[in-house]
Amino acid sequence: MFYTIKDLVAQSAAYPSIAAMMVALEEENTNRSAAEIRRLMGKNLDAMVHSVHQGIAGVKSVTGLTGMEAKKMDGYLAAGDFLSGRPILEAVRNAIAVNEVNAKMGLICATPTAGSAGVLAGVLLAVRDRLGLSRDDQVDFLFTAGAFGLVIANNAGIAGAEGGCQEEVGSASAMASAALVCAKGGTAQQAANAVAMTLQNMLGLICDPVAGLVEVPCVKRNALGASQAMISADMALAGLKSVIPVDETVEAMRKVGLQMPSAFKETAEGGLATTPTALKLKQQIFGDRA
Amino acid sequence: MPEVRFHSVFDIIGPVMVGPSSSHTAGAARIGKVVHDIFGTTPEKITVYLYESFAKTYRGHGTDVAIVGGLLGMAPDDPQLPDALKIAYERGISVGFVPKSDKVDHPNTACIVLKKGDRRLEVTGVSIGGGNIQITEINGFKISLSMGTPTYITIHDDVPGMIAQVTQIFSQANINIGTMTVTRTAKGEKAIMIIEVDGYNDALLAQLKQLPHMINVTYFE
Repeated sequence: MFYTIKDLVAQSAAYPSIAAMMVALEEENTNRSAAEIRRLMGKNLDAMVHSVHQGIAGVKSVTGLTGMEAKKMDGYLAAGDFLSGRPILEAVRNAIAVNEVNAKMGLICATPTAGSAGVLAGVLLAVRDRLGLSRDDQVDFLFTAGAFGLVIANNAGIAGAEGGCQEEVGSASAMASAALVCAKGGTAQQAANAVAMTLQNMLGLICDPVAGLVEVPCVKRNALGASQAMISADMALAGLKSVIPVDETVEAMRKVGLQMPSAFKETAEGGLATTPTALKLKQQIFGDRA
Repeated sequence: MPEVRFHSVFDIIGPVMVGPSSSHTAGAARIGKVVHDIFGTTPEKITVYLYESFAKTYRGHGTDVAIVGGLLGMAPDDPQLPDALKIAYERGISVGFVPKSDKVDHPNTACIVLKKGDRRLEVTGVSIGGGNIQITEINGFKISLSMGTPTYITIHDDVPGMIAQVTQIFSQANINIGTMTVTRTAKGEKAIMIIEVDGYNDALLAQLKQLPHMINVTYFE
């Protein structure tokens, strides 16, 4: 088992890939066969793909607070007149789609959480056809992301209530950036650099859900996570390095999470959640019960 | 380094679940489901005490709905989950939620009290993120049940010889017991064993269930 990203990178040298190492480890820990483990991950992949398509087709949340904006992004993309590049915008559209499905209590795959589920699915589907990823490659993509995610989860956390949004969308984005690097043929060390650069850009991000709902700002924070993952991956593939080592960055995130006031940790007691508009929306949705 | 709380790649990629929150919906449903499995029957009365983030945002995240869904035996990806409160009401189950302002160790903590006739079960669970949970207390006994460690939980009549019979089954199967906690609600009533082990086989669960005075056996991994 690897407990730091440094270990992860070093140990992966003995395997064909980080994904292969993750599968081998899972075999060891669960007595399940590699084929069964890959099949289970394939089911997660199917749920992710389905949620992207469902969201792009257009859904509305239970409260009506969010929805139909992945569809709007899709139309904008189809019109062909935009500022950023197409792959990033597709990742953004996909990420929004998944979290709109999540907000309507639809079926999604948590990666690592439901509130951040759009990031990994979003970037994977944005690069799948461009990189010609087979189904096996896509399953590998998820194992790679999961390997980095495990280290982040065990050394910091993945709950907004524990450490703010930096540990949810931040962790999701970091995992995704590492998986993107590997899918594009980058090295394990480059993937580690992508994780470091992503987390450094996410440090301090608070969890401030309006009315306590996983809708505003969560849906669009997934767009942030997806686009940062793409940018970090490209920076790492270009050879850019992180000055602060990745494991020190993860530890910094843990400390920031501890130091963060509880008002910014999924309590809806600070940030956007206490703006006049948010308080009005909360009253409209829950009435006097809230 | 900090304690290792996440063991499997599927703790990070997964579960496939009904939204909107892995900690407040899927984790909550899983806590409910574990309590349901331990209790082994449908309760007449459910009281849920919610702490910190759970207390403040449970309505928006469907935590109430999810815990009750779990207590009715639903998994986090059960399409009926959003209707759990209605289903409980239709089955005549009394359900109450009590948000608490007390400080606790973890922000996503729920204490669930189930009653049926004379039987009472009180379980505290925490949702640690990504749908992963830990059970920290059963009937006032501090335990550390994290999904990821193979664990058997038995509910049985509080009669002599139960512990010996159960441990003998493990011994014969050559499965090592790591930790073991025994608790009961009252002398001669129902007792609970929480047994962490180093291995699992299907036959063993069936054997345990067939023991006289055994009411329910659950296996978690």
